[in-house]
Amino acid sequence: MPDATAPRSMKELHKIFLEDVYKIPEGENIKQCIQCGTCSGSCPTSYAMDFTPREIIAAFRAGMLDRVLKSNTVWMCASCYYCTVRCPAGIKLTDIMYELKRLGIEYGLYPKGTTAPVLSKTFVKMVDKYGRSPEMELLSRYLLTTNPLGMVGMAPMGAKLFFKGRLGIFPKRIKGQKEIAKILKSALAETEEPVEAKPESPKEGGHS
Amino acid sequence: MKQYLYYPGCSLEKTNFSFDHSSREVARGLGFELKEIEDWNCCGSTSYMAVRELRSFAISARNLAIAERMGKGDLVTVCTACYTVLAKTHTYLKENAELREKVNHALAAADMKYSGGVKVRHLLDVIVNDVGLEAVKGKVTKPLAGLKVACYYGCQLSRPHGTFDDPEFPVTMDHLAKALGATPVDFPLKAKCCGGMMMTTVADVGLKLTKDLLYCAKEAGADLVITCCPLCQVNLESYQGKIKKTFGTDPALPAIYFTQLMGVALGLPEKNLGLGSELVDPRPALAKYLGNGGGR
Repeated sequence: MPDATAPRSMKELHKIFLEDVYKIPEGENIKQCIQCGTCSGSCPTSYAMDFTPREIIAAFRAGMLDRVLKSNTVWMCASCYYCTVRCPAGIKLTDIMYELKRLGIEYGLYPKGTTAPVLSKTFVKMVDKYGRSPEMELLSRYLLTTNPLGMVGMAPMGAKLFFKGRLGIFPKRIKGQKEIAKILKSALAETEEPVEAKPESPKEGGHS
Repeated sequence: MKQYLYYPGCSLEKTNFSFDHSSREVARGLGFELKEIEDWNCCGSTSYMAVRELRSFAISARNLAIAERMGKGDLVTVCTACYTVLAKTHTYLKENAELREKVNHALAAADMKYSGGVKVRHLLDVIVNDVGLEAVKGKVTKPLAGLKVACYYGCQLSRPHGTFDDPEFPVTMDHLAKALGATPVDFPLKAKCCGGMMMTTVADVGLKLTKDLLYCAKEAGADLVITCCPLCQVNLESYQGKIKKTFGTDPALPAIYFTQLMGVALGLPEKNLGLGSELVDPRPALAKYLGNGGGR
């Protein structure tokens, strides 16, 4: 089992990235990028990204994928799929963003202070535990990890939602929790992905 | 009564119960039933996929397997994120044999299997294309004459698959609003992103995107926004105070589900539509058309 947080060589990172991207249906289209920038022009958040979507592919070709991962870029993707539907080369940029998010989380390659990975990881833990997403617990855990003071700021809205009957205090568990556990365990055995350093640990956000 | 298998999704259980209630109510009003699939689990949403790929597809496929066991055919969702995730799982399993094998191997651990027999559909698609707009028109008892609505589709209804509407400029909800007697306003940002979960993770970016939408709808003269996505609804209505504080103008625009609006036009009982559970009350804008004539 490789150490998930150990830095890998750039060559290896590129190899893993490309292998995974090729598994996406029509994933090999990434070779056809003509750097036209339609993706960047269509992206609602590219204005806030350190590297725009077009630049991600340029950086990959230049052997600088680690710089992309260590920037804010992929965590600015809201998964709106505009780039994917507009790309003239048929590149599924949104799926590539997901792959980059996974690589970032797996190897701890994301900038300090980026909170989206914390949310994603907490989400996975919650879903693995209950089978469904307990929104209240998810947001509370996320805020406690990333911005405890933010809890105070969220309180008024929480109170309003509560009085409107829209706040689920207790998480709902599905009956098939054992089924889910079995499926997850079996899926884990299927993959050669390294297990993330501490997927079940209660302590979160410890990445550097 | 015709039956469709139904996947509500986590956010409809509590935070957005009005979408669930109004969807079931409208379905009954149109003569079909949404039959919830047994013991469904989270579809994985956008977050699970950002951490684990195979496991994300596997838990998503458990829902498809349950639906398939209950009867092949349509599985209807109303949350657009669930819709895209479940449809993507179905499509990718179909197109990628290696993935299909791995996912089915994982499902086999729980004696389950998915063989591709489910068609994931959005309720809007069912209403517009199975029921049909003429039939909807025929059921309208309170035509929404004079009501200006901005139809907001968000991202994941028509992208990436564009199964029943245009990925760039969807129109089905506008046509539906017209069938109800309302006037859809020209809303060029109707398929732009509200920021989704970024409202939580990168608040300034999320706020800007949602502000753009609300100001655009307001400028177009809309009385309210209708949407087909629970996260969009929450983003659209919950941060209007913050938008006013940050950008100067209070959008003061209610955002409700298209199913709630349908319920009003079909004269369905207001209490079953969840109206009033919003943070920006839509009832003043709808007063003319509500059963009690607005006198409350």
